[in-house]
Order: sequence, then C-alpha cells, then structure tokens
Amino acid sequence: MLIKTRKMALNLIRPVNKVDTKRRFEPIHAGSQEWPVVQLARNRKQFVQQVTDEAVERLILLRSGIGQLVDEIEKTRYHEKLRIKTNAWKVDPEDELIFWGKVKSRLLEIDKKDGKEAEDLAKLLLRDIVSRYAEEITGNFKQTSYKFARNIVTFGFARLLNAAKIKKFGSFFRNEYTLQDKIQITGEVEHLRTLARIGTIVMVPTHFSNLDSITLGYIINELGLPPFIYGAGLNLFNVEIFAYFMNSLGAYKVDRRKKNLIYLETLRTYSSLAIRKGNHSLFFPGGTRSRAGNIETKLKLGLLGTAIEAQRINYENNTEGRASKIFVVPVVINYNFVLEAPSLINDYLELKGQERYYVENDDFTTSGKILKFLVKFFTQGSNISVSIGKGMDLFGNYVDNEGKSIDKFGNYVNTREYFSYRGKINRDTQREEEYTRMLSIRIVDEYLRINQVFASHLVPFVAFEMLKKKYPDEDLYGLLRLPLDEIEIPYEIFKETFGRVRDRIFDLYNRGQIDIAPHLTGDLDQVIGHGIYNVGLYHARRPVIKNKTGNITSQDLTTLYYYRNRMDGYGLERYI
Amino acid sequence: MALKDTYEKPVGVIGAGSFGTVVANLLARNSQVVLFTRKPEMAKQIAMTRISQGQRLHKRVDVTNDLHYLSSVCDIIFPIVPSAFFRKMIRDLSPWLKPHHFLIHGTKGLIVNEDKWHDGKPDKTLMPEDVFTMSRLIRKETLVVRVGCLAGPNLSKELADGQPAATVVASRFDEVIREGQRLLRNELFQVYGSKDMTGIELAGVLKNIIAVAAGILVGLGFGENAHGLLVSRGLIEMVYLGRLLGGETSAFLGLAGVGDLVATCSTNLSRNFSLGYRLAKGEKLSEILSSVDEVAEGVNTIIIMKTLAENMGMRAPITESLYRVMHEEMTPEDALRLLMKSPFKIDFDIF
Repeated sequence: MLIKTRKMALNLIRPVNKVDTKRRFEPIHAGSQEWPVVQLARNRKQFVQQVTDEAVERLILLRSGIGQLVDEIEKTRYHEKLRIKTNAWKVDPEDELIFWGKVKSRLLEIDKKDGKEAEDLAKLLLRDIVSRYAEEITGNFKQTSYKFARNIVTFGFARLLNAAKIKKFGSFFRNEYTLQDKIQITGEVEHLRTLARIGTIVMVPTHFSNLDSITLGYIINELGLPPFIYGAGLNLFNVEIFAYFMNSLGAYKVDRRKKNLIYLETLRTYSSLAIRKGNHSLFFPGGTRSRAGNIETKLKLGLLGTAIEAQRINYENNTEGRASKIFVVPVVINYNFVLEAPSLINDYLELKGQERYYVENDDFTTSGKILKFLVKFFTQGSNISVSIGKGMDLFGNYVDNEGKSIDKFGNYVNTREYFSYRGKINRDTQREEEYTRMLSIRIVDEYLRINQVFASHLVPFVAFEMLKKKYPDEDLYGLLRLPLDEIEIPYEIFKETFGRVRDRIFDLYNRGQIDIAPHLTGDLDQVIGHGIYNVGLYHARRPVIKNKTGNITSQDLTTLYYYRNRMDGYGLERYI
Repeated sequence: MALKDTYEKPVGVIGAGSFGTVVANLLARNSQVVLFTRKPEMAKQIAMTRISQGQRLHKRVDVTNDLHYLSSVCDIIFPIVPSAFFRKMIRDLSPWLKPHHFLIHGTKGLIVNEDKWHDGKPDKTLMPEDVFTMSRLIRKETLVVRVGCLAGPNLSKELADGQPAATVVASRFDEVIREGQRLLRNELFQVYGSKDMTGIELAGVLKNIIAVAAGILVGLGFGENAHGLLVSRGLIEMVYLGRLLGGETSAFLGLAGVGDLVATCSTNLSRNFSLGYRLAKGEKLSEILSSVDEVAEGVNTIIIMKTLAENMGMRAPITESLYRVMHEEMTPEDALRLLMKSPFKIDFDIF
C-alpha cells in the first residue's frame, strides 16, 4: 500500500524528530585547561618521548634479536628511499635523504661489530628512527589557533549564509541564520556529551568527502565538546588551508605512504597512548573516502585496534577516572552532494576489486576550488545532517548514561572479563585482532542503522535500479556506457517504484533499522522533486534530471551510480 | 596423568549423550570435569551407577543437573547437545555466562530462526541468514564471544573404546584452539586446530546428508564403486551447500570434511548411515524416528538445506533426492536412478 499523503506517512510508529536548530550546548568542561588535547600539547615533548619509548619497546619485542632488528631497519631504509624518489610530497622535510643516508652508514657500522655492542647500536638507531617518526606524527595543537579557526568558521560561514539568505543591505551582519540551519545534528547528542565527561570517546564517522573533517570539527565544537585528536592524512598538509585547520583542530599526521613496520608501530603507539591519556579521538575506520559512494562495509582495523589495546592496558593498570573507560561512537554524515564524487567513482571503477596504492588526486587540490565550493554551498542550499550513534563499549554493547555496558539482554556486562584468561587479564594480540574485527562489524551495523535517508539518496537509487532492471543483460560497465539519450524513465512509473521503496524504508524505520530525514515523509511528488533538485547539486552534469517531457533521465551515469550506492546494504533492490 | 597446573577449575560438558559422555571422559584424563544432564533422574542415575550411554565414567567426572553451578565453576564449557535441544539449552545457560567463558560445542546440526520454523519444517521463504550453526546461535543468544567447535571423524563408540583418532578444534581465537588442544590431547587422540570455524562447522553438518545417502546405497546392496561415486560427488555437493552459508572450500578437504565423511559413510555406528540403511530396507521415516533415542541430525539438515538450496536457485541433487525419499515421494531405487541421470559431467570443479 502506497503511503501517499503526509498524514498517512506520519502514522509512522516511530515519530520523526525535527531537529531543533536553535539549540545551544554548554561546553562540558568549564575551562579549556581541562581539555585533554591541551594537556597533551602542554607536554608535547614528554609525550613524544613516551611514544618513542613505548614504540621502541614494542618493536624490540616484535623483532627480537639483532638479526631481525637490523633486517627491519634495512627494510625500512629501503622503502623510505624508494618513497622519497618516487613519491615526494611538498610537506616532506628537506633533510630526509641526509637522514636516511646516515642510517645507511650506521647500519654499516653495526655490521662491523657484534654481540652486545652491535645490539646496543641497533637499538639506538631504532630509537632515532622511531623518534623522528613520532615527532612527525605528533600534532601541534595550539589553543589560540583553535579558537581563531573556530571563530573564522563560525563567523565567516554565518556571514555568508546570512548574506545569501537575506539579501538585504546590512544582512551581512545579521544573525538569523546560523550554521546550525545548514549542518543539522541529530541522534544521541546528550548521551555523547555525558559519555565525554565520564570516559574517553573514540568517534568513528563515515568518510565521503574531505569536507568531513571540517564538518566534524564544527559539530564537536557546537556540542560543547573539547577538540578531538584526529589522524589526518599527511597529504592534506600539502594544502595550506587544510594544514592550518588540521593543526588547529588537533590533528596528528598519518602518512599513508609509509607502510613499514617501524612507522606503523609508532603510529599505533601514538594512538594507543593518547587514548590512554584520555584524549578523545576521531578516526575514519574506512581509512579513506568511500570511492564507490557507499557506506563503508570493510573497515581498516589498525587504529581501531589501538582503542581495544588501550582499554586492555587501562584494565591491566587499573587506571581510574575519565581515562579508564573507552566508548565508541559511530557517526554518519549525510550529504546531498559530494564535491569529489566524479573523481572518486572514477577511481573506484578503474581499480574495482583491487587494492592498490593510488595517488591522491581530487577536486580539493587547491584552496581556490574549496572556497568556491563552500561559497556555493552556503549561498545555494543543500544541507548536511550528522547522525550521532549511541555510545558503545569496545565489544559493541551499548552503554547507558553512566557508561556501563549493557548486553543484548539488558544485563550489565563486566567488560574486563573479555581480556581475561584463567582468571587474569593478559595480553593476546590475536584475540585483540579478532575483537577489532568484531567491533568493525558492529560499527558497520550501526552505520546502516543511524544513516539518515535523504530524498537525494533515494532518487538516484531508484533511477539506477530501474535502469538495471530495464537492461538485465548489461553488467555494470555496460550500464554505465548506455547512451544518455536512450535513458528515459516515465515519471509515473518512477513515482510508483519510488513510493514502494520508500514504504520499505518506512518499514525499516519503524523497526529501528534506519533513520529518515523529515522531508522524506512529505508528498511524493514534492519528495521526488526535492531529491532531483538536490542530488549532485553542483556537478556540471547532473546525475538525475527531468527531461522536457517530465520524465526521468541522467546527464552522467557514473555519478548516478555513485549516489545510488549510498543506499546499499538494505536489500532495497528487491523492491524495485 | 596428574593434573597439569595450578589454576584448577574443572571443565564443563553439557549433554550426557554418547558424544558428550565420550568427551567428558577424554577431558577427564587431564582435568576435573563437570558433566551436565538435563533430566534430574538421569543425573542421579548416572551419578550413582557411574555409567552413561553404556560408558563407564572416569573418576574425575562429576555429574550435575544445575547449569548455574556448572557455569560458575567452569571457565571452559563443551556444549554437546542435539540441535533440537540446543536452543533451549543455550537460553537456559545464557544468564549464567560471562565474557570470560570459552564455549567449544560439538553439535553437528543446524537451527532455523524461530519465526521461519513451523512444525518441524522451514518456511518457504528461508534465506541463509535464517539458518544458524551452533556457533552463530551461541553468539546470538549469549554474550560469549570466544566460541569454538569440535569436528572430524569422532564416532563415539570407537572413541570410547580408546581407538586412535583425531579431532579438529576450530575457532577464530587462537587461545580457544590452544585450550581445546591442551585439554583434549592424549597419546591416542590428536587435536588439530583451524581458524575457519564456519567452514569446519558446516563440513561436520553437511556430511550427515551424504551419510544418509551412503546408508541407502549399502541398504540397496551396492558396493565400493557406488560408494566411491557417492563420496566424491557428495563432497562436491557439500562444498556448494556450504558456500551458501559462508563456508570456504578448504575446510571440506580435511578432517572435518573428507575425514568425517569417510568415517560416517561406512558404518552403522553412525546414526545417519543407519537411518539411510533402514529407509532403503523399506522402513518409513516416522517408524525409524520413533524407534531411536538419539535423533540423526541428517534429517533436519536435509530438510533445511533442500529448502535453502531451492530458494537460492542452487541445484543439490543428492539432498533433493533424499528429501523426496524421506517424505515418501520417491523410492530409494528411483532416487538413485534419477541421480545417475544427473547432467553434471565435469568432475572436480569446486576451486
């Protein structure tokens, strides 16, 4: 039965909450001295030292014996030299070649010695390499920069917004519209604020656009939370405007080119130690922006694993207070439009099925392009909504407002016991790997559950799937090559199919398996119109558009495919 | 053999059927054991006579009727209960389970989601997500995550007689595998490990289908050629069926697949084999079922997998024929004739 009228639609069992855009949140800490990231910055040198000490210890455990250690250092040196030769970035330090040259001579020295002398030299060399990496990774949070950047964002964007919306003389200085109207925060907001007071948050958002970091930085601030530390791709620091924002938002640098063990262990130690010191952390478990446009289903487990390890170490040390309990909060950012969509989907289509190194190459390569996009964004509409998921412990159990874990039967769980063997907490890295894998599955489940469906997600999905049904013999690449003038879906049939799929979404919504934007419940024609208007709004060639006769067509099938993929994972294909 | 170490918690076994009893005795060589049985009278009887399923209990095996007690004194528990009772058992056990528990089950059967199971038959709309192996059920019904399973050619009577054998402990967790090995291994019983828990479980479950077919062949009087044909084609069908539920091919080529298949397809010691044998001799399914204490897992497995294969558009000729024979839609002889006409001419094609 098609839910045609708004009234019928509102018989949704679960009420659809309209976002209160005028809500203000008091900061959860009275002063910024209490911000963990400030404390980290104040003791930066010490922290780098601690990271170095611990990472060296771990590496010595992993590569016991002089032979293995020297091997690892040599491997690292080789890969680093290769990297410098074949993939240099602006942000790389100038003394790199010299440094690694010195490493080579030191390795030669070690070769000439033996026994304890050689081992000590090797450990010293390792320490110097780790220390260099730790220094590169560690962020440079400055309170003043943070406040400045924050004010620029809020003030600057608010001005743009008001100027655009009000369009009267003097409107530039009005305050009627705020960023809150454009970026709507929905979901378990109070719960997140409560948990941030009593424990350490690991926020794990979906990742579609380079704009995500700014959006998240904004909402973290809006919600009165202290800044989160965050592993920003080192390549982002090639772009001046991002470098500034990244640093001021508390970012630490992650160089995805460096795949050697020494670097990875240093990175993991950084994350683990920072979390143990109570630093709220943010990372994109997808690792990189979703290239196909779908919500991530395969998560990178490296940094996620550091949270689990940190929890175990906290239990081992019987750490007290806020730093002791770690909570995972999944977040889904819902866009109508992703600037980088065309190049992302092209990457995906080229590399489909393979995991390969790719060169970062996208529409955010110049500050100019970003500014242009931001101006368009604020002057012409297209909202973003951010869905905050319910806090979980590291095993995927929800936690209550006191941070206590509750299992699926409603009983309290003593999560310490997941780390115990024969009555004691012990270190078992394979176990923790498996726990990380399990957590990633739970996070993906939560992503699908809290994802907010926009009309602009549903429209491309229905359109693409209807095309697929019309040409059943074409594979994906065949579909994407269909001549555009042959693409025409009669509006009435589109509308009927859309309504059917929407009903299924309402059904899922009632069962708490998905979220929906309020506008989705409106009159069907209006919803479809809204969706067509917004999907891929600023692309030169629109993914979905109405032709002269009012039927549905497309100006670009690959971006249509990209936006369609957003609705993957719910089995909605069966309802076409 | 002396007890091995200072952390002296006993090991739990749930289910005093023939396999459960054998496992309890094997464990008792190395540890103190607590054996649970559902019925109080049975518990009393076993405790008094020190005999369960015709096997003499090792002196280190204590008997209980109390799941709460068992889960409080044991960190490691082996649930070995027929699939028909598994869900009830796990729900009774669940409130007492904590995150530190390891559960290593030994049940080679399948369970269907309650809302897709009516009167012993699966719903027509059965999908892979509705079908549960025991490990998946444990994860669904309890908060335990460190789960494993036992599989391989482990006919209870032969184990009870102390004949040499081996088993596989499969788990995603190395520590669960290590525990299983530590607890079960002895001079005549080797314990292998595997990380592919799903595949190993499915291999143990699906081989029961082929065992029924093997029983039929022998019941009809056929010899080694037919047997060889069945085992090899049967293995391939097992792999395809296994894939529907997420199992990898490699799991079927070891102890849990081929090993167990060969053992079970040859002897009346297997309940599944004897079920097939009796069907071939003209007995009706209902007669056979009412005449035995312990149900052959193959019956349910055949029904479930036939429905699932149909819904997923997969041909499973051996399973389908068995289904029809069990429901008297076809005689065993006709089923065999139909299978011999099967269009599959390519031999080994499952890689």
